Amino acid sequence: MSVADSDGASPAAGEGAISLRKVVKRFGHIVAVDGLDLEVQSGVCFGLLGPNGAGKSTTMRMLTAQTLADSGEIAVLGYELPRESKQARMEMGVVPQLDNLDVELTCRQILTVFARLYRVPGAQRAAAVEKALELANLKGRADTIVRELSGGMRRRLLVARGLIHRPRLVLLDEPTVGLDPQVRQELWTLIDALRVEGVTVLMSTHYIEEAERLADVVAVMSHGRIVAQDAPARLVKAYAGERVLEVYGPPARLAEASEHAARRGWQSRRSGPALAIMRAETLDGDAPEGVLRPANLEDAFVALTGEEIE
Amino acid sequence: MSTGAAATPAGEPLRRVRRLEPAALAGVMSRDVVIFGRYWKATTFSSVMQPTIYLLAFGLGFGTLVKTIGHIKTVQYIGTGTVATAVLFSSAFPGMFNTFVRWQFQRTYDAMLAAPVDVEELITAEVLWIALRAGVYGLAPLVVAMAFGLQPEAGMLLVPLIGFLTGFGFAAFGVLIAAVAKTIDNFNYVTSAVLTPMFLVAGTFFPVSTLPDGVRTVAQFNPLYHCVQLVRDASLGGLGSADLGHAGVLLGFALLMWRLAIWRLGKRLID
Repeated sequence: MSVADSDGASPAAGEGAISLRKVVKRFGHIVAVDGLDLEVQSGVCFGLLGPNGAGKSTTMRMLTAQTLADSGEIAVLGYELPRESKQARMEMGVVPQLDNLDVELTCRQILTVFARLYRVPGAQRAAAVEKALELANLKGRADTIVRELSGGMRRRLLVARGLIHRPRLVLLDEPTVGLDPQVRQELWTLIDALRVEGVTVLMSTHYIEEAERLADVVAVMSHGRIVAQDAPARLVKAYAGERVLEVYGPPARLAEASEHAARRGWQSRRSGPALAIMRAETLDGDAPEGVLRPANLEDAFVALTGEEIE
Repeated sequence: MSTGAAATPAGEPLRRVRRLEPAALAGVMSRDVVIFGRYWKATTFSSVMQPTIYLLAFGLGFGTLVKTIGHIKTVQYIGTGTVATAVLFSSAFPGMFNTFVRWQFQRTYDAMLAAPVDVEELITAEVLWIALRAGVYGLAPLVVAMAFGLQPEAGMLLVPLIGFLTGFGFAAFGVLIAAVAKTIDNFNYVTSAVLTPMFLVAGTFFPVSTLPDGVRTVAQFNPLYHCVQLVRDASLGGLGSADLGHAGVLLGFALLMWRLAIWRLGKRLID
């Protein structure tokens, strides 16, 4: 730290909330994270977008020092990891990808245990639990055992558990994976509320729509590295252009259009039943017939990673 | 953020990583207390039933043939011996099963380690809680034996302490086994090959002196043997200098298992 902060409360004021430099993590022969550089500024909702196996969850676990990097430097909220990770964890909340709630406990019991773990003072604990129950819309289920809750309620409880101590930074690992659209919508509302409050959010996801809807900044991760990072709209513009031409037809026609595009040096990909040609605004006269649509993050994502996504 | 070059400027709050913070231990144990609130009836029932059955079997069956074991009345011998088995079973089994279930199946430990709790605190709190429980439940056989004619002694007040110390070691032993087990079925090997012989070759139901020389030597390395001796001496008014040795062995065993459990499980919780 180069600057001593005047109030002593927030060591990371004006700094990045998360900083990773040349971070490498191997599991046996597999390189999960491969020289990762990542900077997350305070107060933003940052989306880490990548296909399964890109190294997102490993990265998330390294931020709580539950996975230790083989090399590189990691700082979270101004604390150096893994040495000062316990202090960092005091001020951050974590919502894991896999449900790890205590199934035998009630919502209130779980939140109370975690209020203690997060050192919420005794006098404020009950109020903090009530507030978290309200936030997660679980007031009516406060004394229900987790085993009896629906999948959506359990997810909301997981979020409430990670927010019980009003953290400055929240890590959300695939927050809506496997949820039905309605529950996903509920969670997006919750995450959006955090962003409005100025909480820094780092969210990993492999859902394009989730990143597009929620994130101020998206980093596309592939094979353990960040391949591009910017505001979603700018990523789209930079890697897929403004419009996409979708060519429909039988397989033979699509193959022919694909070859034509390749010959002309146009970037194209199969998109469901169609062939999508990027940067349609730059195509000249001999472009095949098709339908124009605005380019989206999925186009940019595929252009960047070469991988199709859900 | 490099260390060394960026010297800590004056006024920056000292950020020292403290080990074994009471708040972290209390947080982890508060979960155990809540869970115990759901299961205390079953736990209490079994910890009273077990010595009752032993005392009935040995007292009514065997006891009509044998009035004393090693110069000690049968009820006194069995009553104090069952304290050790109660402590062993109420610590080694939760150490193995709770750890495995919470770590592998429920992922509770993963959730807690994402909060400001480190591996050392997590395991210490879990072992501490099991040891406290073992200390209390270690008294149950004595209370039951009193109904069968065991005389109360002031020294019995030390029994929870002995139970705690022994329970701490065996709970940590259980955690260690859970950390190295591949599947939960592996515990069967430990139960039949380690725990069962251990509780028989400890002077619980018959004196170690009746065993062949080789086995007697092995018994000296059995922490449960030292627990039995300590409990018996304390409960029957016979504490002496040899008991310092017994207590020393139990303390050494507890410390060794505690560090080994943290080391082995730590390696698997943090990758």
